[in-house]
Amino acid sequence: MIHVRSISFRYHQDWILQDVSFQIQKGSFIGLIGPNGSGKTTLLNILYHRLSPQQGDILLDQIPLSKMSRPTIAKRIAMVAQETHILFPFTALEVVLMGRSPYLGHRLFESSKDLEIARKAMAWTETSSLSERAMDEVSGGERKRVFIARALAQEPELILLDEPTTNLDIHHQLDFLNLILSLNKERGLTTVMASHDMNIASEFCDQLILLCDGKIDRMGHPEEVITRETIERVYGCDVGVDRHPVSGAPRIHLLKK
Amino acid sequence: MTLVTPKKVILISALLTVLLLGVILLAVTLGSVRVPFRLSIQILIQSIVGGRISGTDTEQAIILSLRFPRAILAGLVGAGLSVSGVVFQALLRNPLADPYILGVSSGAAVGAIVALLLGWSTASLGLPLVSFLGALMTVVLVLTFGRQDGKIHPNTLLLAGVIIGSFLSAVIMFFISISQREELRTIIFWLMGDFSLANPQTLLTVFPYVLGGCVVVYLQARYLNVILFGEENALQLGIHVERLRLISYLFASLITAASVSVCGLIGFVGLIVPHGSRLIFGPDHRLLIPASALIGASFLIASDTLARILLAPVELPVGVITAAFGGPFFIYLLRTRKTMKVL
Repeated sequence: MIHVRSISFRYHQDWILQDVSFQIQKGSFIGLIGPNGSGKTTLLNILYHRLSPQQGDILLDQIPLSKMSRPTIAKRIAMVAQETHILFPFTALEVVLMGRSPYLGHRLFESSKDLEIARKAMAWTETSSLSERAMDEVSGGERKRVFIARALAQEPELILLDEPTTNLDIHHQLDFLNLILSLNKERGLTTVMASHDMNIASEFCDQLILLCDGKIDRMGHPEEVITRETIERVYGCDVGVDRHPVSGAPRIHLLKK
Repeated sequence: MTLVTPKKVILISALLTVLLLGVILLAVTLGSVRVPFRLSIQILIQSIVGGRISGTDTEQAIILSLRFPRAILAGLVGAGLSVSGVVFQALLRNPLADPYILGVSSGAAVGAIVALLLGWSTASLGLPLVSFLGALMTVVLVLTFGRQDGKIHPNTLLLAGVIIGSFLSAVIMFFISISQREELRTIIFWLMGDFSLANPQTLLTVFPYVLGGCVVVYLQARYLNVILFGEENALQLGIHVERLRLISYLFASLITAASVSVCGLIGFVGLIVPHGSRLIFGPDHRLLIPASALIGASFLIASDTLARILLAPVELPVGVITAAFGGPFFIYLLRTRKTMKVL
């Protein structure tokens, strides 16, 4: 579905990403892991064409992103950022309706069909009860769900998530990840999730891409990527790696000196 | 609050238009020379419908040549400054932004003063144009100095606006110090904000700028909602951010420049009317823009009427009245923080 062909990107002097290539298959759930500053967020920003790489290109079903208009991209790829500051008290439903923006063109008002899609997205994410609540009054976990609902209202084929579980307690983390998993498995929503938490990535994703200094160090099944040697090489620290007692996915644990 | 629909926008706009018409009628009736209420309305209606007009020549002149054009001008400027304030707040994502604080009106005033010193009359079409150029140059300057790494940082931008505004005030002072006596009077008139030179021609000069600007800005209303969440969110939703910024800055400046060029610097309108409207009608620009325009028009007409009658026959500068309302209201907003979370 998406073909990333040897892209390189830099803001100023230093390359943030160098010669990165991979493919995203339809329906896959990809985890993007790597140390701070390895280029995870930059890569996500390139995937929805917020940034364009200086070298290489990205094909969405054979068509380069750079040849597509912004609304066209937004109809197919949705992004949920790490943190969104709420300045003015829009309600949750109003925020979700903004997800219809790429479909509206120059129309100023949403149609009843747009409203229906927005309400459906809120039902899936279990945020319907928040519809009338102002976004600056809802909790962090609820706010994340509302932004997922906004992304779903875009009716995308691919959703990009940047550190979606930071600042959530484990209960909300689990709820959130299960929501993403069910959207991925039941609705076939292709997902790319950048995460610091390797255990979460290992448990929930089918495939991992490990970035290090702007290059892909390894990619593949969690068992192939999360090994003691790889972690030590990329992160420069010694960790223990064993298997999740229930799912069997690789699991790291930190060791005291 | 329920969703903003076309029906809701039309309904609320209609109600606010009724309020505006009421304020205009009051403004036309009140003044240092007493013209009875019924007679004032008769004169107004008869002049519109046509036919014989009641009252003496003096009374007719007071209503039709002085008070009515003046009320309409104050209304246009009030609507313009309010809409322009709404746009600046959204684009800068800063609730403190208004055309005045960012120095755009000072730029427009410098342009207007230069035009005056060149000997152009206040009624000529060239004056708003030069004033507009002054405003535009200020926008470019503020945007240039308010950016880091090619990106707009709201606080830096605000700081740049304040600094450039102060600099332009110095430029204005310079012009005052070198100007001749009769020019001085006209310049002071600009700085205090005053509608006494209103006549049908100035009206026709301002009208297209304000109306055209407001229409263009209104067409961006849905995008402005999204940009309140930041550039990143706007790009996520497929909005052409640079195009939106260019159009909105340009037309908001056009509105400000046209307003300032006919009546000088009037503070607080572009700040408190958007906030007051947001408090009542919510943050959605599809309703906020028309509501702010109509409330801003009513507010400035009412303020100007007060400025005329409070110490009659002496006229106060209208800026004094708007500040008298604006200051306390803004303090109230600060204390309650109902419309802004980031102060």
